[in-house]
Amino acid sequence: MTAPEDLRYTEDHEWLRADGQIGITAFAQDQLGDVVFVELPEVGRELKKGEAFGVVESVKSVSDLFSPVSGKIAKVNQELVDHPELINQDPYGAGWIIALEGIDAAEASSLMDASAYESHQEGGH
Amino acid sequence: MRFSPHTEEDRAAMLSVIGARTVDDLFADIPDSVRLGRPLNLPDGLSEMEVRRLLTDLSQKNEDTDQMVSFLGGGAYDRYIPSVVGEMLRRSEFYTSYTPYQAEISQGTLQVIFEFQSLIATLTGMDVAQASLYDGATAVAEAAMLAYGHTGRTRIVVARSVDPQYRGVLRTYAEGHNLEVVEAPLRDGRTDPDEVRRLAENAACVIVQHPNFLGLLEEPEALVAAAHAQGALYIAVADPVSLAVLRPPGEFGADVAVGEGQPLGISLSFGGPYLGFMGVKKEYLRRIPGRIVGETTDHDGRRGYVLTFQTREQHIRRERATSNICTNQGLMALAATVYVSLLGPAGLRQAAALSIEGAHRLADGLKGASGFQRAFDGSFGFELALRTSVPPAQLQKALLQRGVLGPLNLGRFYPELPDHVLFSVTERRTPEEIDHLVQELRGMAS
Amino acid sequence: MKTIFEEHEPGRRTSYLPERRVDLEKYLPASSLRQDLPLPELAEIQVVRHFTELSHRNHGVDSGFYPLGSCTMKYNPKINEDTARFAGFAALHPYQAEETVQGALQLMWELQGDLQEITGMDAVSLQPAAGAHGELTGILMIRAYHRARGDMGRTQVIVPDSAHGTNPATAAMAGFEVVHVPSDDRGGVDLDALRQVVSEKTAALMLTNPNTLGLFDERISEIAATVHGAGGLLYYDGANLNAVLGRSRPGDMGFDVVHLNLHKTFSTPHGGGGPGSGPVGVKVALRDFLPMPVIARRDDGSYGLDYDIAQSIGQMRSFYGNFGMLVRAYTYIHSLGGDGLRGVADDAVLNANYLLARLKAAFQFPFERIPKHEFVIAPPKDLKRSTGVRTLDIAKRLLDFGVHPPTVYFPLIVDEAMMLEPTETETRETLDAFSDILLGILKEAYAEPDVVKTAPHHASVGRLDEAKAVREPKLRQTIGG
Repeated sequence: MTAPEDLRYTEDHEWLRADGQIGITAFAQDQLGDVVFVELPEVGRELKKGEAFGVVESVKSVSDLFSPVSGKIAKVNQELVDHPELINQDPYGAGWIIALEGIDAAEASSLMDASAYESHQEGGH
Repeated sequence: MRFSPHTEEDRAAMLSVIGARTVDDLFADIPDSVRLGRPLNLPDGLSEMEVRRLLTDLSQKNEDTDQMVSFLGGGAYDRYIPSVVGEMLRRSEFYTSYTPYQAEISQGTLQVIFEFQSLIATLTGMDVAQASLYDGATAVAEAAMLAYGHTGRTRIVVARSVDPQYRGVLRTYAEGHNLEVVEAPLRDGRTDPDEVRRLAENAACVIVQHPNFLGLLEEPEALVAAAHAQGALYIAVADPVSLAVLRPPGEFGADVAVGEGQPLGISLSFGGPYLGFMGVKKEYLRRIPGRIVGETTDHDGRRGYVLTFQTREQHIRRERATSNICTNQGLMALAATVYVSLLGPAGLRQAAALSIEGAHRLADGLKGASGFQRAFDGSFGFELALRTSVPPAQLQKALLQRGVLGPLNLGRFYPELPDHVLFSVTERRTPEEIDHLVQELRGMAS
Repeated sequence: MKTIFEEHEPGRRTSYLPERRVDLEKYLPASSLRQDLPLPELAEIQVVRHFTELSHRNHGVDSGFYPLGSCTMKYNPKINEDTARFAGFAALHPYQAEETVQGALQLMWELQGDLQEITGMDAVSLQPAAGAHGELTGILMIRAYHRARGDMGRTQVIVPDSAHGTNPATAAMAGFEVVHVPSDDRGGVDLDALRQVVSEKTAALMLTNPNTLGLFDERISEIAATVHGAGGLLYYDGANLNAVLGRSRPGDMGFDVVHLNLHKTFSTPHGGGGPGSGPVGVKVALRDFLPMPVIARRDDGSYGLDYDIAQSIGQMRSFYGNFGMLVRAYTYIHSLGGDGLRGVADDAVLNANYLLARLKAAFQFPFERIPKHEFVIAPPKDLKRSTGVRTLDIAKRLLDFGVHPPTVYFPLIVDEAMMLEPTETETRETLDAFSDILLGILKEAYAEPDVVKTAPHHASVGRLDEAKAVREPKLRQTIGG
């Protein structure tokens, strides 16, 4: 699956946009299957890189969400409460999960770019 | 050997397909050091005729509630079970099936559970109910764990008027998470809302039984208000037959309603298997322990039922599950569903009403009797607590000689009530049996 | 078909109880009474037809083959159903005086002894209501044992990656941190990895043997020594005891605590998910921690309920156990006797190996060893890639042939796993017929994958939309809605 060029990626299949938006990749949503529930964090919480901030559930699986970088939660996508399927339908757009502010540029640039992530996917995980 | 279909020829043929010489070869990898090098020291196997005799003899060493007039209760009740219930329980498509993981060939079990959830939600007045738990006691403990999970608070307040077995099990379960269990004391047989309010500070929940273990009605609104004032959840323990006539927990503001489903068509069976039930307000849906069945459709739009919200459960969430439970008491839930379907609202109300009438007939009959006085003031349902001048053990023995089971000795559970007993009256007790008991008691006291 | 709520017709009723009119307001304040009770009203014949029709929509062991791995879906003898319903058992109140229930207490006391002998343990509690409940009982006892010795730092329970989900869930419920240990390339516990994770924090290792792959862990004594050497205890999950009855006992393997599933090994029915029964056995060092009460034999030969257990973890449930299930298990044990129970293991293992022999050439068999009562296979690797057919599809296609599918996607360590447990009560013809069906479906999956992917085609409903069930929850019905 092609990954958008303008995003950065983690090994756990989260993406990060330059403006701090975070979601899960098309590959991740495909592996999960129909997403039926998203547990969202509180706005204002400080996250460390790699810290779990929420949960995505499909019918028969549960996955933790890990923050790709450190920062403070500025927004959460409330649309997902009633429409978790947005993650399946538009993982890089309307299916975004949270947005961080005050992120560290160096931390962000240490993440994989699209081509590195695509070969990570092909590696199987 | 019984129940094995194989002949020696079968075994030989199968071994040759496997490529083994003897069955022992198939166990070759078990080291000698952990083998049992001798036959099991158990009695020899019996034919069906012989084993029936053995079990018949054992069963006849017991005196059962069909031979006796029972006034025993205290959490397990001798209620009338219509013939249809037993007939449906013996349909082997129900009892020889497993948990309904393969929905397409388990629609029977799944729809029964869906109907059971609907009946429990209606009876308790709660938004949703789950597929059942082991028994009333574990349902109380699981409800407390739900409250702990939701609030993060580690203090559990339970009224002392709650079934002593439920309180005992609650304490055992609480131990794992180091939760503190605090009892709200008995005040004239009931629970004082003001005391509850004080105790509930920083508590996860307040647990009260309606009617309580001593048969008395508690004050639900004031108790709920006391719990909520402190941010604690209110867990109501309810008797399902009494719910046919009493205001349900959902109406008086409880967050969770739990109870023992045995009175709904399940035999006494010396204490089990029984049926725990749990209904909750919908905001606690994702914290419910155990199975939940939901309605959905197949690709042709046909209605069907599936196990749902499974991500709460142990087989998916493992150490982060809401509980380790994987049982639903499917067969017991079937009994309850058939029972309620048969009796309907009128029949269920009648069961409750006849029981309450019987208990009051007993109370009225004993008015002014020396040696037997009502232990507490206030309204009561179908169970009657008495203070007696006859030592409870002696009273039980004397009644047993007259073919009467009961009463329950309350001092066994409440050291502060040494000379107290509990008579439980169900619809099975006729006015004549009650009057006869009154005479016996009056005779004994004088 | 309709639900009981949809079959409701106002005014329908059958009288089961005396019709005497009762004026409740004479006894209870009006404010305590409920106004409406919107439950369905049905005639008796409707109720009977409704539940009979529902039973037709269910597959049980009596309907056909049920090789559901890990669940031991053996035949449930009908004599058990009769004995459990004898009035002298079924109509006993749990608070009856001991002298009126001597037969029931004797049965329980003897069953405790039988289970001790079968497991090689020193004491047994019949109280736990199910396997997972037995696990919780056992793990709480282990917790109490360490604490009573002042050994407060044991905060971890070790669980293999092949374990049932109840094991980690139970450990967490008892307040422990769960530590996972991987399997080695023979499908057993990786001993080196185990040595790395045991420590002074280890409270217990939870293990199934044979494990969930159906493989006997031959190094069980070394595993036990490793855990005991670190001061931890060994917990036996009895899910697979059917494989080794009369051949090898957990007590002799070094286990300190065991739970059994009477609904697996001892033929009590599964009931559509319950009730089960999960007795717990312990070695003498843990006897004082058993839940209350245990059944005792008194000096005068009578039987009684013993609440005097020095450091008991307390009560796990109301009363003494799922007595109705205990009667069934007792009936079964006495039907078979010691030799018969060993024969159960022999035929269970024979049947599993026979079925495997019939399937092995066509499927992947990840651990090339002699399995015991069950085994795990997977479809050939190229199946999914070339046709898109997955194990779930094969399972659903089996439904069209009147057999219950095996357990699928478990254990988690085998990709696309199918776990088959035929049990000892199946005939050779049944096993032959089943392997023909399964091999036929595999062929069909390559030839006509869509037929398999859209199965079942002959069930009362097709594949159900599980995502919709969560996104638009409908968890109950009401009259008229």
